[in-house]
Amino acid sequence: MTATAIGTSLADLFAVVLFIYGLHELNSPATARRGNRFAMLGMAIALVSVLVQTQAVGWWAVAIGVAIGGLVGIVAAVKVKMTAMPQMVALYNGAGGGAAALISTVEHYVVHGSSMSDVIAVSLVLSAIIGSVSFAGSIIAFLKLQEVMTGRPITYAGQQVVNAAVLLGIVALAVWFVVSLGTLPAWGYLALLLAALLLGVLFVLPIGGADMPVVISLLNSFTGVAVAITGFELDSTLLIICGALVGASGTILTVAMSRAMNRPLTNVLFGAFGAKGGMEVAAAGGGPQQIRSTTADDVAVMLAYAGKVIFVPGYGMAVAQAQHSVKALADQLEKRGVKVLYAIHPVAGRMPGHMNVLLAESNVPYNQLLDMEDANPEFPTSDVALVVGANDVTNPAARSVTNSPIYGMPILDVDKAANVVVLKRSMRSGFAGIENPLYEMPNTSMLFGDAKASIDALTSAVKAL
Amino acid sequence: MDAAHFIELLTVLVLAIFVGFEVISKVPTTLHTPLMSATNAIHGIVLAGAIVVVAALVGAGVHSTLLTIIGVAAVTLGAINVFGGFAVTERMLQMFRRKEPGK
Repeated sequence: MTATAIGTSLADLFAVVLFIYGLHELNSPATARRGNRFAMLGMAIALVSVLVQTQAVGWWAVAIGVAIGGLVGIVAAVKVKMTAMPQMVALYNGAGGGAAALISTVEHYVVHGSSMSDVIAVSLVLSAIIGSVSFAGSIIAFLKLQEVMTGRPITYAGQQVVNAAVLLGIVALAVWFVVSLGTLPAWGYLALLLAALLLGVLFVLPIGGADMPVVISLLNSFTGVAVAITGFELDSTLLIICGALVGASGTILTVAMSRAMNRPLTNVLFGAFGAKGGMEVAAAGGGPQQIRSTTADDVAVMLAYAGKVIFVPGYGMAVAQAQHSVKALADQLEKRGVKVLYAIHPVAGRMPGHMNVLLAESNVPYNQLLDMEDANPEFPTSDVALVVGANDVTNPAARSVTNSPIYGMPILDVDKAANVVVLKRSMRSGFAGIENPLYEMPNTSMLFGDAKASIDALTSAVKAL
Repeated sequence: MDAAHFIELLTVLVLAIFVGFEVISKVPTTLHTPLMSATNAIHGIVLAGAIVVVAALVGAGVHSTLLTIIGVAAVTLGAINVFGGFAVTERMLQMFRRKEPGK
């Protein structure tokens, strides 16, 4: 081992230590920022180390790519709205997956030519497939979240058969690749890449908007796995370790999200949840319901003289960009001595922790943000639960109605509060297309209208009291 | 790659997975979005892989415009991943504040 090789290997080790320590520091909001800085430093060290290892051969190609990619990445990161964070994360994720697939392609045609070991052949083909699936899947997730295409599940007859056929085709081509040790004709490799891209598209199409937290977590884990396998291909422990860390993180989040919906992962991925229910509700067209509509002035009085108020934000708050208005209302209430808390369901929004980021953006202190376990004991002692654009995660049917599609899903017990006020645009049912009996309960009143406009009206009404 | 070396890499992989599960299961739900974007940035290490293959491509004296473009594209995607991921994580984390004292 040369002195340079020893130096770069130790630098890589140091980078890995910084990554792991950085992730460790994410265990508290107080230290998280420092953790991110450690990870950044680790990345800088790892990149310098790789340039030393390659003696900067092809530096011009690297410079072009880093200049374009760095600019695009940073500009997008600075400009993106916090409400659009899920689709942004999906895009970065797709970029990582796409890079892994492209690396395999270059590696396939240049470095190995006609001679390739079996380990390299297997890892090359796996990272090309998983990277492509992650890339295409992330793009579809982005398009759905950005509402370029419908957020509803897209289904058609024979969908499972088509998906299975594509998957089988990929397996067949991959086996061919490995058996021939990469000497298959170019069209075979191209077909493999295209089939993997197609699979990525097909697998995200039938998944609806509210299931996006699961899909984004899963795609995150896919990219991690693709990167780890690229590490085997390039004989790089650095890539293997980083890929494994991300794969573990994505898996933890995927499992946490599925559990929060009380649905097995297979149901999320293949169930096309909400497709059928949505149509039924559209046909019913908002039949007669025993609901009580209220006014901003009435709610303002209720809030202003309350002892404890719990806000329950959901995706509707993100859509209406109402997070700053929510904070303004909370400030008014706190000024009057009302205790304000926020109850956040794990799958509220479109990605894990989505609501927390939005409320942090509007300067809500993070110690007021309660997760489900901590929030539920607070509801029975609270005077008002103010539901801002959340629906299915508050649906008491999940507790009692055994034939409900969401039966068994852990929910926020908003119905246990003395009064429940639901801010809603109309009586349309939530994503899952399920009636919410919460709206018909005697202690519930509905405040119809745009969430932001309603909250602003509440704030001025409270001020005027 | 000989079997012994493969086993070494596999050992590293398995240990890293365990470390990942240990460290990441301690991250609170409040920080799940920054966690996701931070891990996103970390898998941007794929950029290092892209630099390696580009160097191999140029070093081997292969004159293929298509492969060069693919190599540059890999570097570009990796760079978007690294720079964007860290920048957006930083932006999010600086918003997480404790309640200011005396308020």
